[in-house]
Amino acid sequence: MDAATITSWMREIDIAVRAERDHLVQLDAAIGDGDHGTNMVRGFEAVVQALDSDGGSPPGKLLILAGRTLVSTVGGASGPLWGSALRSGGRVLGDQATFDGMELVEVLAAALASVKDLGTAAVGDKTMVDALEPAVDTLRSRLADGVSLDDAMDDAADAAEAGMRSTIPLQARKGRASYLGERSVGHQDPGATSTALIIRALQKAVTKDS
Amino acid sequence: MAIETRKMRKFLNDPAQVVKESLVGLAAAHPDLVRYDAAAQIIVRKGAPRKGKVALISGGGSGHEPLHGGFVGLGMLDAACPGEVFTSPVPAQMLAATKAVDGGAGVVHIVKNYTGDVLNFKLAAEDAADEGIKVTSVVIDDDVAVQDSLYTAGRRGVGATVLAEKIAGAAAEGGADLTKVTDLVKRVNDRSRSFGVALSSCVPPASGKAIFELPEGQIELGIGIHGEPGRRRADLGSASEVVDVIVEAVVSDLKPKRGSKVLAFVNGMGGTPLLELYLLYGEVDKKLRAAGVEPVRNLVGSYITSLEMAGASLTVLELDEELTKLWDAPVHTPALRWGV
Repeated sequence: MDAATITSWMREIDIAVRAERDHLVQLDAAIGDGDHGTNMVRGFEAVVQALDSDGGSPPGKLLILAGRTLVSTVGGASGPLWGSALRSGGRVLGDQATFDGMELVEVLAAALASVKDLGTAAVGDKTMVDALEPAVDTLRSRLADGVSLDDAMDDAADAAEAGMRSTIPLQARKGRASYLGERSVGHQDPGATSTALIIRALQKAVTKDS
Repeated sequence: MAIETRKMRKFLNDPAQVVKESLVGLAAAHPDLVRYDAAAQIIVRKGAPRKGKVALISGGGSGHEPLHGGFVGLGMLDAACPGEVFTSPVPAQMLAATKAVDGGAGVVHIVKNYTGDVLNFKLAAEDAADEGIKVTSVVIDDDVAVQDSLYTAGRRGVGATVLAEKIAGAAAEGGADLTKVTDLVKRVNDRSRSFGVALSSCVPPASGKAIFELPEGQIELGIGIHGEPGRRRADLGSASEVVDVIVEAVVSDLKPKRGSKVLAFVNGMGGTPLLELYLLYGEVDKKLRAAGVEPVRNLVGSYITSLEMAGASLTVLELDEELTKLWDAPVHTPALRWGV
């Protein structure tokens, strides 16, 4: 995997959040304030533009550029959270031109650590962490088991989607949905939903690559 | 797009441009008080930076007008950073505002307690510190509808934001230093509690749809300022019964000393007329006195809104001599003006 994998990942996210924009807005209107779909579309549109005008940076630098772009265009909580996540992930790769599966795990693990640190959220709080953490854990363990990267990534995306669905019965403890208390129960978390889209987009980019 | 916009019963050209176009209008209406920096998307007090004066900035999602842009001017804010509707602004806006108003005495960031606002202001404060600007941040969290706990996002920042901006702004105008101005924001927050109710949701221009539907005869209790549903739904009683619930929620949490002098702020959410807000104030005044506190100052009107939501909130601030004096000090902003 190389810089093209990152560009392809960001393009897949752009396509996915655009297609799911109304769904994300609807999920967010139920337990938040209804801006999540719009914000994600605005952010990843800007990321794709920024990557298009980049002249041959290595993959780590592209992730940092994508993260910086999200911080400066999205606002809300998802801007700083995904922005910091991609920047932290990008720093793991330094200036190297290519990366392998285990290095991708480290990128995602750094992204997860940054989200948990900034958002002070853990699994079970009904946030993006509920989708991201199982994806990272699954990718790591499947690769350690000797499964191919394509299959491991597919399992990781499945794990993110399962994590996303697991937020439905939870009562939110972080983010705007937490203000609803018990009334947040029974709704799927919009942040976990867009996170599952982002991991599925990565799976598509990785599979296309191989 | 044109048809969708008409369906919304809103005055719009392009829903994506609503915030920017509104800021252009704010600056056009008050050129003596503020200017609009369109590139940075910030509202800056005319004549900023003022050498030696502590500057105050705030910001947050749009849709709460006149908060915050309407409070930029003499004796209140030095700059405001408006985000998209109900979406926190980005750190670049806050950094640009901080640099535009820093007169060397430091800058206070007044941040409402929402995850997005807190995260973006945190990143901006770090950037400002890197550039050698002294920044302090105070998070406002006065909404008693939300239970505070170590394991949650904590209480929302609502009505106390307006009071803190006014009182700390007056102190800064009078020459108070960074520590003093920062402490005043904290003090106002510590001594204030709020509770809001809604009779309708609101329609964000980007989605064109109401955030929730409230059946006839129902009221949402414990709402915030983003058109979100409240903590619970109940049958709508008389105004007097509604005020009983609101005053009880605020007073039981604030626990003011018997005989305390308070400021009572009855705020409209955007879709409730002044006719009803004054009716509510009459009830609030009576019930606060019955609860053993004396409203010696008040503010009645729509100052921290949720688009066109029908509803109201009450904020009670337990005053002391200094806070009262600062509240009475001259203020001249697009939305608040006295003593000038």
